[in-house]
This record gives sequence, structure tokens and C-alpha cells, in this order.
Amino acid sequence: MIIIGERINGMFNDIAHAIREQKPAAVQEWAKKQEAMGAGYLDLNVGPALSDRVTAMKWLVEVTQEASDLPLCLDSTDYDAIEAGLKLCKQPAMINSVPAVQEKMDRVFSLASEYNAEVIGLAMSEEGIPKDAESRVALAMELVANCDAYGVPLDSLYIDPLVLPCNVGQDHGPEVFETLRQVKLLSDPAPKTVVGLSNISQGTENRELINRVFAVMAMACGLDAAIADACDEDLIAEVATARIVLNMDIYCDSFVEVFRTQNL
Amino acid sequence: MAVELYKEKYRSQVREVVLGATKEEGGTRTKTITVGGQTALPFMYFEGENPHRPVVAMEVWDVVPEDWPASLKNYFEDVYDDPAAWAKKCVEEYGADLIALRFKGAHPDGKNASAEDCIDVLKKVLEAVGVPLIIFGCGVTEKDNEIIGPIGEAGAGENLLLGIATQDNYKPVASAAMAHKHCVIAQSPVDINICKQLNILIAEMSTPLLDKIIIDPVISAVGYGIEYTYSIMERARFGALQGDRMLAMPCIADVSKEVWSKKEAYVPEEENPEWGDQADRSLAWETTTATAMLHSGTDIIVLSHPEAVKKIKTHIDELVQGGS
Repeated sequence: MIIIGERINGMFNDIAHAIREQKPAAVQEWAKKQEAMGAGYLDLNVGPALSDRVTAMKWLVEVTQEASDLPLCLDSTDYDAIEAGLKLCKQPAMINSVPAVQEKMDRVFSLASEYNAEVIGLAMSEEGIPKDAESRVALAMELVANCDAYGVPLDSLYIDPLVLPCNVGQDHGPEVFETLRQVKLLSDPAPKTVVGLSNISQGTENRELINRVFAVMAMACGLDAAIADACDEDLIAEVATARIVLNMDIYCDSFVEVFRTQNL
Repeated sequence: MAVELYKEKYRSQVREVVLGATKEEGGTRTKTITVGGQTALPFMYFEGENPHRPVVAMEVWDVVPEDWPASLKNYFEDVYDDPAAWAKKCVEEYGADLIALRFKGAHPDGKNASAEDCIDVLKKVLEAVGVPLIIFGCGVTEKDNEIIGPIGEAGAGENLLLGIATQDNYKPVASAAMAHKHCVIAQSPVDINICKQLNILIAEMSTPLLDKIIIDPVISAVGYGIEYTYSIMERARFGALQGDRMLAMPCIADVSKEVWSKKEAYVPEEENPEWGDQADRSLAWETTTATAMLHSGTDIIVLSHPEAVKKIKTHIDELVQGGS
């Protein structure tokens, strides 16, 4: 499972401060730290409170690329900000994200086609997050069809079945796992899958434990990527272990270290 | 309608390893050899690149190979008491791409040659031929640990391929390679997990060594479990092509050692009439074993019999892109 490091996000005070003051140190430290811990992508989110998201995203992309060679995951609901960021990315990036809403899909998949980007597609529509797996898969199919229509390779699409906190939407858990399984049957090549891992534990006690258990269970259902805390050492160790158990990596005694140092 | 072939897509590549060093690079070889670099399975040119052809090393000993059957020894009887002349004959007459120098004479139960004796032989062979060299010890770990350091030092600059590092005993060889910039043979007992772990252990000593490791998966002769070796090599190569950088190393197969120690190769026809002529049988044994190893993705094949070398080199010509 690919970890998309979640830490460069304006909802964290140090990043919000860095963006406001145009001081790259905190951003670059987190970029390096997440890369060293085994992240495969770096999520960049300018945060909710900002008025000029375009300028902020451009700045985040530039300063992050000075510190890390990892591909970036541009995280915004403002597609102008995403496009401005894509123009500056040195290597193909990921767009985070688009729901199954036609005008949004039109904009995002044409951006993906133009900038050779990957896309996170949310299994939700204007009516919100579906309750069951069938409705999630139906929305995933809309995303797959639009992805294909815009000529974006299907394995560049990451379907996010949308995870709800387990203390609020406990019944969604099994539906998410079922969605992860069924999404793999939608096309050939199959789309990939992603979740925002920390959503499962919002507002709960012992969040990291819940995140880790959810991650390995989702991996067994075919999860390819998670936006997650790359600096949670136990999470990385458990992902490395799950990859061995699922026969995704060849075993050796140092399998955790090998997974951690894959970027080095 | 034309049928479109299904093509497997891989996302990674086997590392390229250079053996030997020319004068400009600090050695005295007239040419270097590069192995590895594949982006697809062996000889699957339609799916990716196999940029370097497999190479054939011929075995040379520092002592007379008394136990070899006459059918093999005959080819070397004018040279086998002189490793330099023997190596020269292998290169010039039989077309060896490299020489695998085996220090059998260092064996404590045999001549018990000292490190100085080995260095003397090494220097003479280096002088006699311009191809890169592979170094094998006598097979007794304690003795090989004694000689490998001095041999590495004496060959500094030549970018030798030093054998043999194992999980229980990798430091002497890896240290010699690290100190004097040689390559290392990392040997694992037909075990993919140990194969990977050993590469990690060597890389922990020195990260640059990652680009100087040749995997020896321990091969078997035909009839002795060659299919196990084959599947280990297949798994390692799939791993490499799918991004496992700790398995993305070229491979060596010591065919000569495995084949000529088996009774099928040396038992005379009189002892076992139904097995047929020993000379033909042993040649077939070595050639068939080497062919299987070639197809499994071996980059460096060690052979002894000049006729086997000829057949395998012809087969390589046929297999590489543009071959007939």
C-alpha cells in the first residue's frame, strides 16, 4: 500500500503559519521526514481558511519540490488552485479529488489528461455519501466511465469509497470493505483504491490503533493507497507486515526496514 | 486481422553491474563486461530490454585438476600446470568472456597454498589475459577468509568479482570488495528470502555495494533439483522487475562446479554401460544445465568444457535479439 503523507496541510498550525508567512522550513521538514519514513506521495493542502488558494498552492508545490523528489498529491476543492499546482509539478502528480458530479469530472479528467496526472475519484454525488456498497460502486462506475472517456488510463484512477468515523457511521465499515473488493471488478485494468485513513477514527479514543487495524483490513480487500500519517512507525510496520502476509513483497528478515527505506 | 500479442508491463529494472576495469578506470583489463539492466524477462525482447548478452566464464585452477576425467582434461593437458597459459588458452582458443579463477590449491587438505601463492597466480593470470576475472576460493570457509583479503588488495583497481559471500560469512568478502572496489558474489542456498536478506546485509555495510552484487542462487545440475533453482531465479527476477530493489541484481551460475562433481559427468561407460559414452554424456550434462540456466535469466555462466562453451555461445547468439 502506498502511503500518501498527509502532514503538509493548512489545517495544521505549523503549515498554516508557514503559508501565511511564506516561510518554507516547516513544509520542507515535513516533506523530508515523510519521505524518509516511507511515504510514496506527499499530499499538499493549503487549508480551509485561505482566500488566495491559487497562490498558496503554487508556493507549496515549489517549496516542497525543493526538499523532496516524491510525486505530489494536490489536495483542494478549488480546481484553479490544482491546475496552477499541476503546471509547476516536475513529475506527474495526483489530483485529490473529484466526486461523481458531471461538471466536476469534466474539469478534473481533462486536467488529468492534459497534465498526465492521476486522480482520486470520490464515491459520492451531490446527494452525499451513499449508505451501502452497491451505491458506492455505481458512483465508482461513473468515475471509471468518465476517466476512460477522457483518455486517462484506468489505473491512474484511485477510487475512494469514503470512510466515515466508526463512532458515527459504524455500519459503513463493512460497506467500505465490500466497495474496495467490487471496484476491482469494474474494468481491466482495474482502477486503484485509496482511503483517507484518519477518517475512520475521527472523534474516537486511541485513534492510531483504529487507523492501523482499519488499514490492514482494507489492504486485505485490495486497498492500494491511503492518505495517512507516514510518521506513525507502527502503521508503517503493520503495512510492511501486511504486504508480506498478502504476498505483495518477498519476505526477508529485514522486511520492515526494507519497506521503510524503499525511497532511499 | 493481426493478432496483438499481450505484453506484460514491468515497472523496474535489474541493476547494471560492470566487471573489470581498463587502464583508464584504474585496472589493466583490455575490456570490461556489463551485465544486468533487464526491463523484462530473459530474451523477451518484445516486452522490454535485455541490453547485455549473457556471458560465459571458463574455469581455471591454480593446481592441476587431477580428478577431472580425461575427456575434459585432454583439452588442457598442455597448459593445466600453468594457470596463466590455461587462462590464455581459454580466452584465445575457446572464446571465454571471463576467467573464473578457482584457488583449489589453497585447500588445507591439498597443497594448502598461502595467500602469497594465490596472489602470485592472480598476478600471472591478470598479465596473461585482458578479460575480467572471477575469484573463487577453495571452499573451506576459514581458509577462504584468510586469502580473500590479500587477493582483493593485490587485485585493487581490477574490479574483480569476488566470491563467495554467504549469510553466515559475508563480511570478509564484502570488506575486501568495499576496501578495494571489487564486486561480490552473494550466495544463498536456493532460498529467495535469504537471497534478499544477504543483499540487505551487504548493503548495510556499504550502500554503493548494491550496484556491485551478483546473486548466486546456488544452481543444481540436471537431475539434482535444477527446477528449484529455476523457480527461485524466476521469483527473484519477477521481484526485481516489479520494483524489489533488493533482488534487482544480475545472477551467476557455477555450472562447471555442479556438473563435474556429479557421477553422471565422470563415471566411465565401463562402470555403467547403460549410461553410454562418458565424454558425450558429460558434455550433454554441462550443456543442458547451462542452457536451462541461460533461459532462467542467468547473466554469467561458469563452464569448463570447451565444446560446452562453444555450444552455449552459439545458443546465446541465437537467443539474443537479431540472432538467427
